[in-house]
Amino acid sequence: MGDAVVRALDGVDLVIGKGEFVAVMGPSGSGKSTLLNLLGCLDRPDQGQYLLDGQDVASLHDDELSALRSARLGFIFQSFNLIQSLNVVQNIGLPLVYGDCDPAEAEARSRKLAARVGLTDRCSHRPMELSGGQQQRVAIARSLANNPVIILADEPTGNLDSRTGNEIMALLAELHAEGRTIVMVTHEDDIAAKAQRVVTMRDGRVQHDTGVRS
Amino acid sequence: MTRFLRIARIGSEGLKLHPLRSLLTALGIIIGVGTVIYMLAVIEGRGAEIQERIKARGSNNIILRARKPQDDTKASATRSREVVYGLTYEDARRIHDTFKEVDVLVPVRDVASAVYNGDARSDTVTMATVPWYLDVSRGSLQHGRWFTDLEMSDATPVAVLGATLARSLFLWKDPVGASVRIGSKVYAIIGVLEATVTSDERESLKRDRAAYIPLTTVRERFGERNVKTATGSMDIERVELHEIILQVKDAKDVVSISEGVRTMLARFHTNEDYEIDVPLALLEEAQRESNKAKQLFGSIAAISLLVGGIGIMNIMLASVTERTREIGIRRALGARRSDITLQFLVETLILSVAGGIIGIVCGISAAALHEQFVTDSHTMVTAMSVVLAFGISAFVGVLAGLYPAVRASAMDPIEALRHE
Ligand SMILES: Nc1ncnc2c1ncn2[C@@H]1O[C@H](COP(=O)(O)OP(=O)(O)O)[C@@H](O)[C@H]1O
Ligand SMILES: [Mg+2]
Repeated sequence: MGDAVVRALDGVDLVIGKGEFVAVMGPSGSGKSTLLNLLGCLDRPDQGQYLLDGQDVASLHDDELSALRSARLGFIFQSFNLIQSLNVVQNIGLPLVYGDCDPAEAEARSRKLAARVGLTDRCSHRPMELSGGQQQRVAIARSLANNPVIILADEPTGNLDSRTGNEIMALLAELHAEGRTIVMVTHEDDIAAKAQRVVTMRDGRVQHDTGVRS
Repeated sequence: MTRFLRIARIGSEGLKLHPLRSLLTALGIIIGVGTVIYMLAVIEGRGAEIQERIKARGSNNIILRARKPQDDTKASATRSREVVYGLTYEDARRIHDTFKEVDVLVPVRDVASAVYNGDARSDTVTMATVPWYLDVSRGSLQHGRWFTDLEMSDATPVAVLGATLARSLFLWKDPVGASVRIGSKVYAIIGVLEATVTSDERESLKRDRAAYIPLTTVRERFGERNVKTATGSMDIERVELHEIILQVKDAKDVVSISEGVRTMLARFHTNEDYEIDVPLALLEEAQRESNKAKQLFGSIAAISLLVGGIGIMNIMLASVTERTREIGIRRALGARRSDITLQFLVETLILSVAGGIIGIVCGISAAALHEQFVTDSHTMVTAMSVVLAFGISAFVGVLAGLYPAVRASAMDPIEALRHE
């Protein structure tokens, strides 16, 4: 790594309220993903604090972070991150393996979610057999499996054409309407425009914050 | 279903993704365990058989046998073609007087005359001996009885037939009550022996084909000479006793007494016209051989299982690297480190334990085939070897799986997710 210390995030002071739909924008390398990983309890800050529901994440043990991710957070990635060896239903049900859910119940729930994202007839397909848009819908269904209050999406439309991108945005809007908190990274203005609030980053700092728009 | 079982199932399903690879990975363990089971079965089977046969000859016995000296010039020839050799009553008396630990002493004299039942004739050896021969030689009666002390002292002409001799002279009829002619004299048959099973096939054959008569009848009727007619020429041998069986009270004295007897006989027999057979020494030798073989194959098996374990570890490490992304995804979705450890450990354990079970089945089958196709072989699969093989394969599984599994769980989730 050399001696140069990279401050991926520097002096970020951000409060995100319950039920907000926040878009994080900024050029490549500005720290958007790092911020999202922090919010998702995948990473911990070297300095500073991240309070999730008033609890300091830094004080939590690795297993407690896992439990937090399992219970409250849903992830959607730019590259979908589905497991190729599992079919659609199995991918959707993955978070339930680590929650406390009976396999039969998990399967029923996964099928319901597959139906919700319009993949009823694709349940036994593998990710390889699906289009990009369909794969991202599987990922969204998966992020909902444990019924999380917070959904973190890192460029969810980044690998999709604008039409399928809009379909995905419609789904996210639905989830927001259900009262979930959504933090989404994007660098497309028209995608960001669909959020309530846009936070723009540059060099690890918050450059601009629109605040919640009605 | 508990979390533990749910995650263990992920491990087992991981194996189903690459059935051929799983099989090849387990092959090392299969071959290792199979070899252990098979080798031990062969060694145990062979050892048990040898021991049984040696024990059948009496592990407390020392057997002295007359042996015709190889070199005729060395033999003390009193007249041309008359050869004198072998054990004597004097030898028996000396041994009896010198070694108090010798409980019983059985002299045997072979009489080389054909045995007749009417016209049916058997060219065989008749063993002239004492009433307590049967006990000491571990023989048993099919039916009838052995001769008594009284018949011995009275030199009553009675005979007991070996199983093969009885069959060849009397076919399916019961010989007891009938009589046979040995040489020129007639003997009443009083018993028939069971067929013998000993470690010495020649000895078994001889015993089964022999007739047994009181030693006293021979001293009277046959004198001290044995006349052997062989293809025209006539050899005259003079042998007093062909065999002396010594039964020692305590098994621990057997070897030392056999050495004492050897030293003593050497003083009076300059031409090595006797041999000493100690079944117990053979038994101990056989046990040593068997243990040595077990140790040798044990270490070969240990090495092959080690290689099998390394094979599994290698594949598991590759698998962990290959599935780095999957590990990252699982962690992001709520998997704990211990969940990842368990998933990979279960995978390895199933591989090695299934490999162990298949290996045990293969080993047992190989042992069965061995018994089928190799003549005169016995194999013995002991519960001990199965437990041992199974335990080792499970142990190898844990050992080989632990490091890859811990390495998988130690990965940073973000790094893992970024992995291509
Ligand atoms: N694992 C890492 N090691 C070192 N530097 C990193 C690592 N991950 C990210 N960075 C750096 O942190 C900064 C922010 O990265 P990231 O959050 O991925 O940006 P973005 O998602 O906005 O493109 C970049 O300068 C990047 O080089
Ligand atoms: Mg990024």
